[in-house]
This record gives sequence, C-alpha cells and structure tokens, in this order.
Amino acid sequence: MTVTPSKAGSNAPAPQDLVTLTIDGIETSVPKGTLVIRAAEQIGVQIPRFCDHPLLAPVGACRQCLVEVAMPGPDGELRTMMGPPGRVKPQASCTLPVAEGMQVKTQLTSPIADKAQQGVMEQLLINHPLDCPVCDKGGECPLQNQAMTNGRGESRFQEVKRTFPKPINISAQVLLDRERCVLCARCTRFSEQVAGDPFIALVERGALQQVGIYEKEPYRSNFSGNVIQICPVGALTSADYRFRARPFDLVSTPSVAEHDSGGAAIRVDHRRGKVVRRLAWNDPEVNEEWITDKDRFAFHYANRPDRLTHPQVRDGETGELRPASWPEAFAVAARGLRAAGRVGVLTGGRLTREDAYGYAKFARVALGTNDIDFRSRPASAEEEQFLASRVAGRGLGVTYTDLERANAVVLLGLEPEEEAGTLFLRLRKAYRAGGTRIFAVAPFTSNGLRKLGATVVKAAPGEEVPAIEQLAHDGELALDGGGVILVGERLATVPGALSAVAVLASQTGARLAWVPRRAGDRGALDAGCLGSVLPGGRPLADAGARVDVGAVWGSTVPTVPGRDTDGILAAAAAGELGGLVVAGVDLDDLADPTAARAAVASAGFVVSLELRASAVTEHADVVFPVAPVAEKPGSFVSWEGRVRPFEKVLEGSNAVPDVRVLAGIADELGTPLGFQTIEAAAAELDEFASWDGERAADPTVAASPAAPAPAGSHRLATWKTMIGDGPMQDGDPAYHASGPTPTVLVSAATLESLGAAVGDQVELSTDTGTAVLAVGVADLADDVVWAPTSSGGVNLGRDLGAGAGSAVRLSLVPAAAPAVQEAM
Amino acid sequence: MPTLKEQFWDPVAGFGVTFRTMFRKVVTEQYPKEKKPTAPRFHGRHQLNRWPDGLEKCIGCELCAWACPADAIYVEGASNTEDARFSPGERYGRVYQINYLRCILCGLCIEACPTRALTMTNEYELADATREDLIYEKQDLLAPLLPGMEQPPHPMRLGNDDGDYYRGTFRRQDDETGEATQ
Ligand code: SF4
Ligand code: SF4
Ligand code: SF4
Ligand code: FES
Repeated sequence: MTVTPSKAGSNAPAPQDLVTLTIDGIETSVPKGTLVIRAAEQIGVQIPRFCDHPLLAPVGACRQCLVEVAMPGPDGELRTMMGPPGRVKPQASCTLPVAEGMQVKTQLTSPIADKAQQGVMEQLLINHPLDCPVCDKGGECPLQNQAMTNGRGESRFQEVKRTFPKPINISAQVLLDRERCVLCARCTRFSEQVAGDPFIALVERGALQQVGIYEKEPYRSNFSGNVIQICPVGALTSADYRFRARPFDLVSTPSVAEHDSGGAAIRVDHRRGKVVRRLAWNDPEVNEEWITDKDRFAFHYANRPDRLTHPQVRDGETGELRPASWPEAFAVAARGLRAAGRVGVLTGGRLTREDAYGYAKFARVALGTNDIDFRSRPASAEEEQFLASRVAGRGLGVTYTDLERANAVVLLGLEPEEEAGTLFLRLRKAYRAGGTRIFAVAPFTSNGLRKLGATVVKAAPGEEVPAIEQLAHDGELALDGGGVILVGERLATVPGALSAVAVLASQTGARLAWVPRRAGDRGALDAGCLGSVLPGGRPLADAGARVDVGAVWGSTVPTVPGRDTDGILAAAAAGELGGLVVAGVDLDDLADPTAARAAVASAGFVVSLELRASAVTEHADVVFPVAPVAEKPGSFVSWEGRVRPFEKVLEGSNAVPDVRVLAGIADELGTPLGFQTIEAAAAELDEFASWDGERAADPTVAASPAAPAPAGSHRLATWKTMIGDGPMQDGDPAYHASGPTPTVLVSAATLESLGAAVGDQVELSTDTGTAVLAVGVADLADDVVWAPTSSGGVNLGRDLGAGAGSAVRLSLVPAAAPAVQEAM
Repeated sequence: MPTLKEQFWDPVAGFGVTFRTMFRKVVTEQYPKEKKPTAPRFHGRHQLNRWPDGLEKCIGCELCAWACPADAIYVEGASNTEDARFSPGERYGRVYQINYLRCILCGLCIEACPTRALTMTNEYELADATREDLIYEKQDLLAPLLPGMEQPPHPMRLGNDDGDYYRGTFRRQDDETGEATQ
C-alpha cells in the first residue's frame, strides 16, 4: 500500500489557517487546503484509493475513494451533498479539500459510502483478468487488498472479459499488461509531473482506454522504474523482476543507493542470498519516494561470474595469479609493499565512508605517504585546493529542501538528469512549484535542462570561466538574493573555473555545494582520501591539524605533500613509486586510460582490492576480494554532506570489507591500523570533531583561454549518461536496452555540412582512434560536438584518447552496403 | 494372600484372548512383499500434472509454497519464450522442489494450486537414505508422459492460446476432424 503521511506538516501553516471538520464523528483540525483523504489518514481512517498519491497532483480518476459528505449551508444547517433528486451523491475524497464544518462519513460509518465503494470496485474488476497467480504484484497489490476490504465477496459478472494480447513493451525494461490497468493515471502523471518524460499517456476512450506510448518514440526515461512501483495493480512490471519471486519469499532491508551522490534511500529485497530487486524507499528529506533506474536496476554486478572469491598472489615462476590463503596473501602483500619503498594509493569512488577512512589511515600510518587520491576521473590540483577549502569536512550544507526554498539555482559543470538523478527530480519539483529559477552554464540545452526550465548560459568546453564570472552581475539571476551554486566534478577539467566559482560564491553570498557523480566521493574526501586533506577536512599543511590527527592515530602524519591520481600513476610508471594499492578503480574512467594501463602494468608491486576481475587485477601482484555494498554495513555521504548509514543486506555473506583487508596487511607490516571492523573504523572516524582551525585558501588559478579547435575539427563536450557502460551496471540487458542510443550531438549547421540526417551513423575520430555513433542535433555552437563519455561500448577516453575540450573530427559513415543491394 | 481365582483362573484366562485370536482372520500385512492399495483419497507423494499434449500445468505461481504450513515447497517461476515453451501462457515453474523431510502430506498445497497442476498420488513409499534424495525435484514430481504427450519444451498443440487450455476449449487428441470440441 502506498500510504504516505501527509507532507502538509513540513510547511506548517499559521494556526489561523486550520480548518475544523468531522470525519466519522471525530472532530479534527487540519491545515487549509488539505484533502479529505489525507485528513482521514491523520485520524487513522484509511479510505481505499488507487489514483491518489501524495506526491502527485490529484486527478480523481478511479473513484474508489468515495465518501458521503455533508456541508453546513448558509443557514448553518447541515446538507448532505446530493446527486439526482432524492439520492446522495458520494464525493471523491482525494480531490475534495476540507472545509469548515464539513461532516465526512467514510465506509466505516456510512452504508452509502460503503456501497458506493463496492460498486466502484465491482466496476474496476469487470475487465480485470484476475490473473493474480501469474502477476508479479500478487501478494503486495493494493487492488487485491482493497478488493478484499472494500469489495463484494462474490463476483456477479458472467460475461466474457475484455482482453488484450499479453504484455507490450513500454520500454525495454517496463512491460504493460493492459487488461490489468485500472486507469488511475499514476504512471502518466508521474512521467509528466515528476520526471518530465511525457511519452506515455492514456489513449482511446471507454472500455478500450489504455496506457499508450507515442509510437515513434519509445518511453525513454531515467526514472521509468518508479512507475512500476507506484502502479497500484500489476499492470506495469519490469523485465528484470518479472516472475522472479513473490513478496513472501523476499527479505527486505532498507539501504542506500550506491550509484550516485544523491544518497537515495532504497529497499533491497533478497531471496536465498541473492538480491532480486530494489525499490525506492521513502525519505522525505532526500529522495522522497523516487529513485533512478540505475539505483533500481543496476545491482547484478555483484553476482557476475567474474566475481573474485578468494585472495590470489602472482606466482613467481609461472607469472600467473594463483589462489592463496588469506594469511599468505597478507604476508605477500606486506612483504612486497615493504620492498617497494614508496607506495601510492588509488581508491576510486565506490568506497563507503568507513572503507575510505581505512585507506586514508593505511596510506599515512602503514605506508607513511600522502600519495592518496580518490578521484578516478579527470581532475586537477585546482580542484584539490577547492575541495580542501570549500567542501572537505564541512558537514551538512545545502540540502534538498534548501533547493526548493532557493530563489535561484545555478548548475555549473553538472547535468543533473544524467549525473545526479535524485537531485534532478528535486530541482524539477522546485521549478514546477514556481519558486526556484534554474540557470546552467552548459554547452547546449540538454533535455534535462529543458525539463528544469533552465536558462542556459552557453559556454563551449574550456570557455566556462567568463560565463561564470558574468553570473555575478546577472540581474535576472540575482544570486545574492538567496541563490545556490551547484558545482559538478567536471568543472575540475577547466582551468580557473573552480577559482571563479569560489569568487562568485564569496561575491554574491550564494551557498555553494559540490555534486560529485559517485556515491563514495564526498565520504572519501571527508575521510581524508586526498593528499592534502586529513580526516574531517583538516589541511595537511597545518601543523595543528597534523598534531590533531596524530593524537587520534598515535603516530606522526607524514608531511610531504601527496600526488594526485595522474601524478601517482606517472610516478609509478617512472619508477619513483615502487608500488600501488588500488581499490575498485576502473582505469577507463581516468583522463588517459592508455597511460594508466601502462603505468599499472609497469608498476613495481601492485596490490588490488577488487570485487571483480578488472584491468588492475590483470597486472596485480596480490588480489584481495572485497565485499560489495550489499554484503557489508557502512555509510555514504551524499552531496549535501548528509551521512547515509546502511546495514548489511545479505546477512549470510562472509565477504570481507576493505577495512578488514587493510588491517590484515597493516598488521603484517607491523603498523596496526587499530581497527578491523567497519564499526570500529566508524567509531574512530567519529572521534574527529569538525575542524575549526584555518582552512586551505580558495584556489586562484587564472583562466587560460581555450585554444580554438584546429580547422576541420570540433571541440568535444562530454559527460556520462546515467545508463551507460561501467562495471557496476553490468548484468541486466533490459536495463541497458532502455538507455539512450549513444548519439553524438552537433549543431544544425554542422549536420548540414556533414550531409547527414538525424539518426545517421557518423564517425568521431582523433589521432588515437575512431568511434561510430548515431548523430543528433542540438543547439550547440558550430565548432562544438557532444558525445557520451562511456556508453554503448564506446569509451571516448579509451578509444579516442579524448576528453572534454579535446579536438575531434567528424565524418559521415556511408550508408551500409545491404541497403544498396536491396535497391538493386 | 491371593484368592484361589487369582492363583489359578486368572493366569489361564489371559490366554483366552490368545486362543480366540488364533481362530480369527489375521490382520498382519505382508508389506513390503505384498502391497495393498491405499484408500482412494490417501494423501501420498505429489504429482505435477500435464495437459494432454504434455505441456506442464504448473505456472510457477508459488501459491503452493505460500500455503504450505511446513515450508516444504520451493518454486521459482520463469518466462516461457517462443523457442522454449513449458506451459501454456507466459509463466512456468522453472524450479520446483518438495522437501519430503518437511512435508506433512496435509494437502493444503493442492487446495492452493489454481491450475490443478499439483495433486497427490497414493504413493506412500517415501523413505530414503540421504537428505538430498528426499528433496524431490521437478523431474521427480512430473507426471509420466502418457500416449499422445510430448516432452516439453514444445509449442501449444491444443489451442491457439492459453485461454483455450484454461477454458477447456482445446482440441481433444481423439477428435479425428481436428476441430475444437467444447
Ligand atoms: S498502468 Fe498502472 S499506474 Fe498506469 S494507469 Fe494503469 S493502473 Fe494506473
Ligand atoms: S502436503 Fe502440506 S506440508 Fe506437504 S507440501 Fe503440501 S502443503 Fe506442504
Ligand atoms: S504447483 Fe500450482 S500452486 Fe504450485 S507453483 Fe505450480 S501452479 Fe502454482
Ligand atoms: S483515489 Fe480518489 S478518485 Fe482515485
């Protein structure tokens, strides 16, 4: 049942706005404008409903919520609302706001309301197939439940039911069984109001009315899974979970999604040691009741056949990895690291806060180095300084709720629909409520920005700085009157941009938040997985901070400033670092994947802590299997700075968290970490009170004007789409098929000069390589093209050696030969 | 001091029962040498039934597992595909296990089954040497193929869609004309 307490309480109105009414003889006062169905919930009376949903605008489509209502007339006398002469007309309580003196009788006290509800239920069931035994919703279905509580026990319907051919694909992932639908319009309202992807609508009339899709355009949404969850019957199901289990088989555990920095609350359902589905959980402060498709469907990665199950060490003689016992692997790793001398640590963005803290301490205490960086993506020293001065260890800053209250929100280097889905939905809610204006500095008006009604300040890749500087003087934007600046991690690749952002924030007094893509990034930063930042945001350069940290650790903190990811890899390749400890880094995510592969291959001694076999484990000398999020407790820190703890989902799993592995190696090295469990690591991390001392200064990097693209080429703008390639999205073909077709976007003029039409195949090339993608059109500048960083098997960094701002060439791929043969 | 009756008559009287029984019909059954039929509605080992063309009746709905008070049944459903059809309709039981170490042969699962896929036979010899052997898999429980039946997967032979099967409007095997009999 989707019964959610009214949200009216959160923006509590002044007491004079309260309205007093009577429901089932109980007098209650609720804020003006409250719907009768919500007021009834507050006194514990549940009126049956299908279409009503607290987060969607009321429509009154299903009529299941009928109640008997009487209103005081002008003479003060109660008059029941009547229909045809002599007959009471029951009212839909989900569309009826409360009024002073109203008398409501629900099915509990009014035989008329009860009979009306039974009649509606009978009507709804006329064409319902009653195929509960083969329906995924069976056992957790509002229609089943309410047919039992508010329907007639026996069917009077003898005739043949209307049927439709069995399920149709609304998208590759979402399937629709039309005869089960009760036409409540929850799915269509969600798509239109919440996600803004309206390619799904109620079509036809009367008995033939059904949910339909626009024929030429499949239902494409990053949030499509939510319609499956809110459908009050089993009309919408997912290809992934179809026929997989029954609610009574499943053990449900609340958890937190690990795919972006939104910190969305989810519910994980598992059966016999295997996760079978994930649902949105309700957290009004964070994700409300919605999650992205990535959070919902991308969980199969933990059960892939290449999952590592036991430690491995590289055999001296054969040069191959061979299984080893844990003690042997710890000993070999420790011996190798000791012999390697200087060692760098790359932690990637998938770590929980506790595991990240393990690495931060391991690097400094056991390895005696500050060469640690969590940023497995293009990054810069400017960004490191920005993070140290503005983000690290700051605690809860701008929140989701603040976005709804803000006058203006500026998005810099951030495409929320693709990079932070939960944030996108809240921004859209803020935009639709009308109070928040949204601005973005971006190369073109993406679909996501259009859905946010954003004013786009166009800037080609590399040219964002002047645009950002201009924002301070933008009268329409008026950042100084309660504005919020949201900075994405991509801005790190533009020299001077983050410096300009810091200046902008200081000048205007706008609040600033950094929105990384990965779930673990903010936690890793706070835990100290960055060369110049110690746990709790303490600057390494500050002697007091070092003493502070040393006191907790009982050792001294190394003072030599650390290298960043690229620096660590370059030093490993050059032999300056003798070894690497790598945790869950996908080398294809880095600025230069080819160089990174070469560096890992040539590094002296590599210890890899991984979930599945990867490019790093291929070259590692010791490989430790670690637990995925479902198999350990921990916490993530959302972009807001909110700590989002979660419990272990698969209780039976004995997979080992990173912290335990690091503790094992550290023990062998003779410098124990002082904790072996997640809980102990968390407790120690919490000992670091927030830092009240001096912070690193804002970065002051001057903008360097971007070099124009050489003649005949275009500048590349790029970011990752939500549904794309990546080891954590493997294993669900329907999920991938529901993603966007990898498309390179060009301006209309470029399209014309290519002689191509939308949908044609074009080749994107650099001196390093080529990739073929479909072409589309957008309001880009003529010398700029956009392509997804990594989707559909194409990874721009790996295949083209290209990143944001690189020069790329475009050419039309001639139509395939078979088409010619057909013509002949 | 016992009475005379107690001393002499009672010990002999006890044998009276023995003597009388010697002339009665014996009730001892020579099991396992001779097997007697059970009562017709005896609750014995389960059977997963088939349609007359050999397709399985089970749709993998797990209602039997839900009903079972002893948690003896484990079912996993899956989709029929065009290439591999095991039952009419969309869904079939891919995994079906009954654990006879747990089953109390109460028959509640039979009552729950919406397709009459699961019924009970009169088979009562449910003893074995290992635990594994007492977990019956789908192939152990499926009814034998009768003449005219074909081992699934195969397409629906009796009708155009699952509705024909469920409504009983399918073609009978013995119908020479091949037309559907109602
Ligand atoms: S498919 Fe489900 S959510 Fe959509 S209108 Fe039908 S019943 Fe409502
Ligand atoms: S007969 Fe009873 S105990 Fe045995 S499987 Fe069926 S429901 Fe369970
Ligand atoms: S035997 Fe019957 S109740 Fe059990 S899964 Fe199969 S169809 Fe459902
Ligand atoms: S819940 Fe009121 S009309 Fe549907």
